[in-house]
Amino acid sequence: MAYESYVLVCGGTACCSGGGTTVVEEFKKELEAAGLKDKVQVVVTGCLGFCEQGPIVKILPQGTFYVQVKPEDVKEIVAEHLVKGRVVQRLCYDPEQAKKLVAEANIPFYQKQYRIVLRNCGVIDPEKIEDYIARDGYKAIEKVLFEMTPEQVVEEILKSGLRGRGGAGFPTGMKWKFAQQQPKGQKYMVCNADEGDPGAYMDRSTLEGDPHSILEAMTIAGYAIGASKGFIYIRAEYPLAIERLQIAIKQAHELGLLGDDILGSGFSFDIELRFGAGAFVCGEETALLQSIEGNRGMPKPRPPFPAVKGLWGRPTVINNVETLANIPVIINKGADWFNKIGTATTKGTKVFALTGKVNNSGLIEVPMGTTLREIIFDIGGGIRGGHQFKAAQTGGPSGGIIPPQFLDTPIDYESLAKIGSIMGSGGLIVMDETDCVVDIAKFYLDFTVDESCGKCAPCRIGGRKLLNYLKKITDGRGTEQDIKDMEAICDAMNKASLCGLGQTASNPVRSTLRYFMDEYMEHIKDKKCRAGKCSKLIQYKIDPAKCKGCTMCAKKCPAGAITGSVKQPHVIDQSKCVKCGQCEQTCKFGAISHG
Amino acid sequence: MAKLTLEDLRRMRGEKQKEMEMRDASNKDVQVIVGMGTCGIAAGAKDTFTALVGAINEKGLTNVLIRQTGCMGLCHSEPTVEVVVPGMPAVIYGNVDAATAKAVVEKHIVGHQLIDDKILDRPSIDIIKNS
Amino acid sequence: MSKQLETMTPELRAFIEEWKAKPGNLIMVLHRVQQTYGYIPREIAIETSQILDVPLAKIYGVITFYNFFRLQKAGKYNIQVCLGTACYLRGGDDIIKEFERQLGVGLNATSADGMFSVEAVRCLGCCGLAPVAVVNGEVHGKLSSKDVDSIIKQYRERG
Repeated sequence: MAYESYVLVCGGTACCSGGGTTVVEEFKKELEAAGLKDKVQVVVTGCLGFCEQGPIVKILPQGTFYVQVKPEDVKEIVAEHLVKGRVVQRLCYDPEQAKKLVAEANIPFYQKQYRIVLRNCGVIDPEKIEDYIARDGYKAIEKVLFEMTPEQVVEEILKSGLRGRGGAGFPTGMKWKFAQQQPKGQKYMVCNADEGDPGAYMDRSTLEGDPHSILEAMTIAGYAIGASKGFIYIRAEYPLAIERLQIAIKQAHELGLLGDDILGSGFSFDIELRFGAGAFVCGEETALLQSIEGNRGMPKPRPPFPAVKGLWGRPTVINNVETLANIPVIINKGADWFNKIGTATTKGTKVFALTGKVNNSGLIEVPMGTTLREIIFDIGGGIRGGHQFKAAQTGGPSGGIIPPQFLDTPIDYESLAKIGSIMGSGGLIVMDETDCVVDIAKFYLDFTVDESCGKCAPCRIGGRKLLNYLKKITDGRGTEQDIKDMEAICDAMNKASLCGLGQTASNPVRSTLRYFMDEYMEHIKDKKCRAGKCSKLIQYKIDPAKCKGCTMCAKKCPAGAITGSVKQPHVIDQSKCVKCGQCEQTCKFGAISHG
Repeated sequence: MAKLTLEDLRRMRGEKQKEMEMRDASNKDVQVIVGMGTCGIAAGAKDTFTALVGAINEKGLTNVLIRQTGCMGLCHSEPTVEVVVPGMPAVIYGNVDAATAKAVVEKHIVGHQLIDDKILDRPSIDIIKNS
Repeated sequence: MSKQLETMTPELRAFIEEWKAKPGNLIMVLHRVQQTYGYIPREIAIETSQILDVPLAKIYGVITFYNFFRLQKAGKYNIQVCLGTACYLRGGDDIIKEFERQLGVGLNATSADGMFSVEAVRCLGCCGLAPVAVVNGEVHGKLSSKDVDSIIKQYRERG
């Protein structure tokens, strides 16, 4: 028995509560009536995204995507689409949306994602070079070595508008051009795979899923700038990515796609791996180079820029994994193809690790200019557990916290900077009303203080001071003067720190002060944390109406703060309470709550 | 393997492209592709792989090619498995535990039916194939 | 507790000799040392400094700068609890506290019987499974404080 068509009905939470279950029943009934029971299979699926448009129905093999399907629509879909083969236009997703930024790139209109960097991830076997080759792999290197001069390669990358995906967004072609213009001699090409941002794993997934694309891109860059040697600086915490890179390098060597005289072109290039050792600051270019040289990863003042004076004093280009993964596609499809995708200032796509309080966490790639709302609600399927969206965080410890009023901001480097955050490397963390922004700012500061290399005073001392203020506020000891002091420290750190880490470390504090001052004030004046996260500000209370006097909580309390006699309502002595929350967990009658 | 010349590389690409489309070389027309990135493995992709192999052997299927790939990006539903059966749409399943792996073989590959509650949407079109 | 001195294995010596001539070798060598012993023993650091002709102070400067290098041996089971942002938001902090409470050890310390050590680590990259803990490479995902007990029991039983 083989079916001819399949009706996929989304069984995600949002769709089910929106009537998806009835839609399934209705389809089964109508198909039976139409005599198609054996030709069309009705399948309930996992969440297909697009939850606000649910219930979603997708018809395979055509891939037609129907939204907001009500049980009464089913009859029409069966009669029109499945019997006569005619798409029911009125139920298709608003085609106006299709004409957006990416129309020329041939994207099915309902799909928000577009994969350039991740083109091979989840498609090829990363341990087989033949799989990569079959999907236009090492085709760009052919073109570059046999049809283009180094100058033309740099020109093409400049024209594509590609900007560094590591965070700051410096034009990649410019970097290459600077290095190319340096006098001939030993130059180096370095891939920054030291992805240290907590909550981000874009580069790891790319390296694990498509290692050859990075090798090819580095070889292209080497040819363009005149380097014969490349290093991949990768986190030691990524054993699988390291293993797959090692396999890939070995295979490329065997086939002569790395090493001496590549493909008989006369160009030679080799790549070595160097392991990081868990220092966030080594994501900074100059610190990274120090680390490859075998030193403590302390940044140096720029200029001189690495493109002039880098590894062992030689001209060096450092590009991040995601930046490099774009290169072979740009060469193959051309700069004009690439620079049609994205916004006026930022071309191409961005990979995000979408995590936190979102239903569908995942690794996603969207065209620049996509809004946060599309990412979080259409792709991410909205907020978990029916909670409210409170904020999104981009750029990790160097980024800012974005409040709901900016959900419709199209994402590019400039627009994110304008609202006090940064693009960063691609961590995108979603928060709901149970997350406290002051606590989050403290979390990030704790991270940067721990990771500050200690070389310059603004970062070393400023970060520590900021963290102390945040601890004071979350402990309920803050004053309004503290806020003023924090603002001054933020400014000083931003202006006077030596490297990017210190300059941006205050962003989580600045952005929360800017958008969530009311919550800071609640912590300071009312000694209240509305999210219930700051444990020192929490008060546990027993509702005498619900308390049965079972004594369980009193037995569990490690501080002896709960008293009361059997079968009588108990009380908590706030002065003794250590806010461990065990009483609330223990109570079988829901009599204990906190606020 | 010997070092390639430009012509070798082009020839190899052509052959592999054909092979990937047909998978005729080994007479295996069904493909089962398991996402084996760090996150997939952490969620149990290795057990899934073993269960798939076990079920395929148990059914005595010789036309199934099972292989690994990197992260499909659907971290919320790891482990993920893509199943390609001729005459049926290629489908990605999420949360494929050992029991689902067995169902994939018995119901989807042998029975030509899709499995409820596990299908996920392909996140994006393929820019290499659709340019 | 008297400590048994480690001796340099022939494989490690060969590795160091191989890397000796390469510039920027120190961190790669230290990785290999830690891979061999599970930490960087002082006596091996001294020997390494002699072979590479690098001051011991520089070696310790590097070891103490990078989080990855350890100066003490980890427990037989090293429990790494993720404190990446996603795990933190979903309660990674509580998981650490619970491990510390149940094992009676502080962070980055080893239990008296040498069985367990608890470490907080930055993003293990399985954010879809948050909060996550990794014990000797085995991932335990979607944890709550209530799961801690059974995880410890599981490894104790293995001995």
